[in-house]
Amino acid sequence: MKVTEKDVKYIAALSRLEISEAEMPKFTEQFNQILNYADILQKVDTTGIEPTFSILPLYNVLREDVPQEGVAHEDALKNAPAVHNDGFKVPRVIE
Amino acid sequence: MKNYITVIGLEVHAELKTKTKAFCSCSTEFGAEPNTHVCPVCLGMPGALPVLNKRVVEFAIRAGLALNCDIQKFNKMDRKNYFYPDLAKNYQISQWDEPICLGGHIDIRVNGEKKRIGITRIHMEEDAGKLVHSGLTISTSDYSAVDYNRAGVPLIEIVSEPDMRSAAEARAYMEQLKAILEYTDVCDCKMQEGSLRCDANISVMPEGATEFGTRAEIKNLNSFRALERAIEYEVERQIEIVEDGGHVVQETRTWDDANGVTLSMRSKEEAHDYRYFPEPDLVPVNLDQAWIDEIKATLPELPSARKERLLAEDVPEDNADIIVASKKVADYFDAGTKATKNLKALSNWLIGDVAGFLNAEGIEIDNPEFRITPDHLGELVNLIDKGVLSSKLAKQVFAEMLKVNEAPEALVKKLGLEQVSDAGELGKLVDEVIAANPQSIADFKAGKKKALGFLVGQIMKATHGKANPGMVNKMLMEKLQ
Ligand SMILES: [Zn+2]
Repeated sequence: MKVTEKDVKYIAALSRLEISEAEMPKFTEQFNQILNYADILQKVDTTGIEPTFSILPLYNVLREDVPQEGVAHEDALKNAPAVHNDGFKVPRVIE
Repeated sequence: MKNYITVIGLEVHAELKTKTKAFCSCSTEFGAEPNTHVCPVCLGMPGALPVLNKRVVEFAIRAGLALNCDIQKFNKMDRKNYFYPDLAKNYQISQWDEPICLGGHIDIRVNGEKKRIGITRIHMEEDAGKLVHSGLTISTSDYSAVDYNRAGVPLIEIVSEPDMRSAAEARAYMEQLKAILEYTDVCDCKMQEGSLRCDANISVMPEGATEFGTRAEIKNLNSFRALERAIEYEVERQIEIVEDGGHVVQETRTWDDANGVTLSMRSKEEAHDYRYFPEPDLVPVNLDQAWIDEIKATLPELPSARKERLLAEDVPEDNADIIVASKKVADYFDAGTKATKNLKALSNWLIGDVAGFLNAEGIEIDNPEFRITPDHLGELVNLIDKGVLSSKLAKQVFAEMLKVNEAPEALVKKLGLEQVSDAGELGKLVDEVIAANPQSIADFKAGKKKALGFLVGQIMKATHGKANPGMVNKMLMEKLQ
């Protein structure tokens, strides 16, 4: 086992996911399965092959710098859990 | 105490002067009501797809060329993952391992010594939104309100090599960088408003050491002065720790300008695990050499070239450095050179009396409250050169020019300040003064050179400072010898 429960807890915390103690063994095992599969892929000889950053056969999709209306202020704030002074109200974040 | 060497590298974020955001068509206009320049892309709605703004790439290339970088043909964007409410997506689109520019430099000059500071890389990314806290400070706030108008505004991050060895060098680098970004017109460069931001990586090592010390990253440096003060403070803090046998902690610290100290930002530590990966919603960009060449061909004259031009025109180097540091001041100077040939004198006025007035008023040279046109300043220089005004009287005319937008020649007449250069008139005065001061004449003939100054002063007094001092001196000497 390369990935331990400690790693899973750390990654879950970074991703803001809550994982119960009961679920820990299952997630740890799945993490390792994924990494084991990656190990198999690592064995493929990729000499001379450029990394694939995108699977689409597309390059240079660029936009002209011309402003367009976005969504109305009221509509934008409809998605806010709470509103304060025309802003999305969020809990205090310690800096 | 040992001698310590300070090692400084700067990371500078410059907001690009585009009309729209980096990945959506929302306006970047400053000062709009909160959350009015937003759309599904910059609000992070599921399913919304970003599309890269062509002008962002163009401006990044432009800045890179001006900073002597190699432009990388292959470009892709990456996701930098972190949870903070200033970005609705929970990741920032940035460039990780394939930045658009590599390996540039800026030449600086500190205390007459030239030095080349390396630029490691420049990459494109998006800005975050703004958090407005409910209380006076973040720690006294119960909650914050987020404005996403700035979220998605394009930035370039310019990362220097750790080549600077003092606060003065860091300031000079920052001033040069600002000038270049201004000349190339890719950024507003308003440090106070946040369109140009600077973080400093600072460490110290004992003289002779081969490895750099542990560095601290200092944020919230929103003026040249703050940058200098923060470095000076931080260097002292780190040396003290090392001298006491301790270890500097690698951490992010914030500059508290009011108290003149740097403070630890402990919570930032975990956030450093950004888990970058290629942005699947954006396709790679392959830059065409023809486009890069086209951008290169439209680069304006840069501060370094402009400085060389001023030096060739007899402007002292210290003056030239100050003038070219601001594009507005340099443009003013260039306009003034159409009115006078004495560029050295013009440069002295500009960095002396003109800068003094602008600093005192806290305004820039293009502010209408500064009423002196470049032509008028050039004409004032000419009036001195022609002997119409003494430099003392010129200051009076200058003071009047600050109040009314009129040609200096007209003001000289209006104020009755024309210098008296009439040989007949001056000769009469010289004779009168000689006749009225026999003691001074005797003193002068006895070798007291100071007596001459007294006699000149008497004539200046009689003419209310308008006598041509050069002529008075010459005529007195002739009569007394
Ligand atoms: Zn948008």
